[in-house]
Amino acid sequence: MIEVRNLSKTYGDVTAVEDVSFIAEKGEILGFLGPNGAGKTTTMRVLTCYLPPSSGSAIVDGFDVVEESMEVRRRIGYLPEFPPLYADMTVSSYLSFVAKIKGVPSAQLKSRMDEAMEKTGIAHQCNNVIGHLSKGYRQRVGLAQALVHNPSVLILDEPTVGLDPRQIIEIRETIKALRGEHTIILCTHILPEVSMTCDKIVIISEGCIVGEGTPESLMSQLKEGEVLRAQIAGPSDEIRELLRGIDGVLDVVDDDTAAPRDGDEQAYVVTAAPGHDIRDLVAKRIVDGGHGLRELRGLEMDLEDIFLQLTTK
Amino acid sequence: MRNFFAVYTKELRSYFVSPVAYVIAGVFLFLSGYLFRNILMSFNFYCQQFSQRSQFMSGAGMPQLNLNEMVVTQFFGVMDFIWLMVVPMLTMRLFAEEKKSGTIELLMTSPISTVQILMGKFLACFTLYNLIVALTLVYPLILEVYGDPDWGPIWTAYLGYFLLGGTFVGVGILASAVTENQIVAVLLAFGGLLLLWLIDWSASFAGPTAAKILHSVSIIEHLQGFQRGVVDTKDVVFYLSFTFFTLFVTSRVVESRRWRR
Repeated sequence: MIEVRNLSKTYGDVTAVEDVSFIAEKGEILGFLGPNGAGKTTTMRVLTCYLPPSSGSAIVDGFDVVEESMEVRRRIGYLPEFPPLYADMTVSSYLSFVAKIKGVPSAQLKSRMDEAMEKTGIAHQCNNVIGHLSKGYRQRVGLAQALVHNPSVLILDEPTVGLDPRQIIEIRETIKALRGEHTIILCTHILPEVSMTCDKIVIISEGCIVGEGTPESLMSQLKEGEVLRAQIAGPSDEIRELLRGIDGVLDVVDDDTAAPRDGDEQAYVVTAAPGHDIRDLVAKRIVDGGHGLRELRGLEMDLEDIFLQLTTK
Repeated sequence: MRNFFAVYTKELRSYFVSPVAYVIAGVFLFLSGYLFRNILMSFNFYCQQFSQRSQFMSGAGMPQLNLNEMVVTQFFGVMDFIWLMVVPMLTMRLFAEEKKSGTIELLMTSPISTVQILMGKFLACFTLYNLIVALTLVYPLILEVYGDPDWGPIWTAYLGYFLLGGTFVGVGILASAVTENQIVAVLLAFGGLLLLWLIDWSASFAGPTAAKILHSVSIIEHLQGFQRGVVDTKDVVFYLSFTFFTLFVTSRVVESRRWRR
C-alpha cells in the first residue's frame, strides 16, 4: 500500500510538485497520468527515496520514505524513465548484481533471477551483453531488474516509451499479469495505457492533482450532460427547430465531421441537461414530424476528453 | 558486507571487461619501463667512468656507487609522477558515469548504504592500482639478477606507494562524485593532485609557520622518507588521514541528494 500525504517538492524556486495526496491500495494498479513535465517523475523519485520531499510525507507499506528509507527501499522495485542499465554487463550478471544489492538471499538468487527473466520474456537473452540489446529488450531488462527481489510495490515510470506497438502490447500484458501480487504505480502520458491496465487513475498537471478515481467514475463525474448524435434526413432548419423544442435539450449543433450520405441527410449533436434521457423523445418527435431517422446514438466522453479538459486551462 | 562485495566485484569486473585496465596498465608499464631503462643506462655510464677513473685514483676519497640510491630511489621518484596522471583516469568514471547514465538512481533506491557503495568503488579502484604497482616489481627483480640491491628500501618504497595510492584514488573519487562529466572529473582530480604536489614550492616564499603547513600538506614530501627506507609514523598517518578525509567528503557529497530539500 502506498499513501502520499500533502507532498510538495521544490527545486530552488521552481515548484515541481505541490500538495499531492493519493492512496494506492494493495494489489491494485494505479495510473499516474499527466502531460510531460507535470511532476510525475519527481513524485516517483520521492516515493523511491531518491529525493527527499520538501514537505509532506509518503508511506510505502507502512514505512516512511524519509525516516525508514532502508525498509522502503527493500520493498520497492523501480523502473525509472531511463532504465538504469550497465551496458557492459550481461543480462544475467546484471540481474545477479541487482538482486544482491536488493538483499535477495544467496539461496534464492538463482530462482528469483529465473523468475524475473521468465516473467519479462528475456530468458533466452541472459548471456547477451546489455549494450547490444534492442531498445525493447533493454526495457524488459529494466522491468526484470525492478521485479528481481519480488517487491511488494512496483513503480514504473513510462515503461512503454520508445517501444514499437507489439512490444508495447507485450509489456502491458506483462504488467497486467503482475496485478494482485504487487501494488503498482504506472506513470505515463499515454491515455490508452491507463484505461487498459489501471484500476484507478490519478491525473496530475503542473504539479497538482486535478482528477482522481476509477476510469468510469472520472468519466461520469466530468460528464456535462447526455450527448446524442442523430443522423436525420429532411430539411435541416425545420429539424433543428424541432430538436430545440424538446424538453431538456440545451444545444443542437451540426456535426460536419461525417459527410451526408444522401442529399438532405445531416448529422446533429444534441446536448441535453444532466439526468435527461431524451433518446426516446427525440426518436418519437422526428418520426412524428415525418423526417427520416437514419441513426441515433449516445456519445460517450472518453478519457482523452477528460484528460484534455483537466490539463488545459 | 554482501552489498559492498557486490559493488566491489561489479566495479573491478568492469575495469577488466573494458579495455581500460589493460590500456592503462600497458601505457603505465611502457612508460615506467622506458624510464627504468634510461636510469639503468645512465648508471651503467657512471660505472664505466668510475672504473676508468679508479685506475688512476686510490680507494680513499672515491665516491661510492650505490645501486639503491642511483637506480631504485630515482626510479621510484619518477614513477609517482606517472601515477599522478594515471589515477584520475582510473577514478573518473566511478561516480560520474553512474550519474550520467542514470544508474545512480538504481544504487540510491536500493537498500544499500552510501558508505557501502563508496567503499566498493574505492577498493575496486585501489585493487587495480595495486595490481599494476605489483607488476613493477619486475624492475627490482631485474636488478636482483644483475646486481645486489638492498631490498629494505624497496619494500618501504612499495609501502609508500600503497599509501600514496589510497590518497590519489580518494582525491579522484571525490572529483568523480561532484560532476557527471568524466572529462571534468579527470581535470579536477589531476589539477587537485598536481596542486597538492607542487604546494611546497610556495613554501619557499611563505612565512615560517605557513611554510611549515604548506610543507606538510604536500603529498610528495611524505613519500621521500619511504623511498629512502624510512617509515615515519607521521607520514603513514598523513596518507591514511588524507584518504579518510577524501572518502568522508565524497560520502557527504553523494549523500547530499538525500538531505537537500
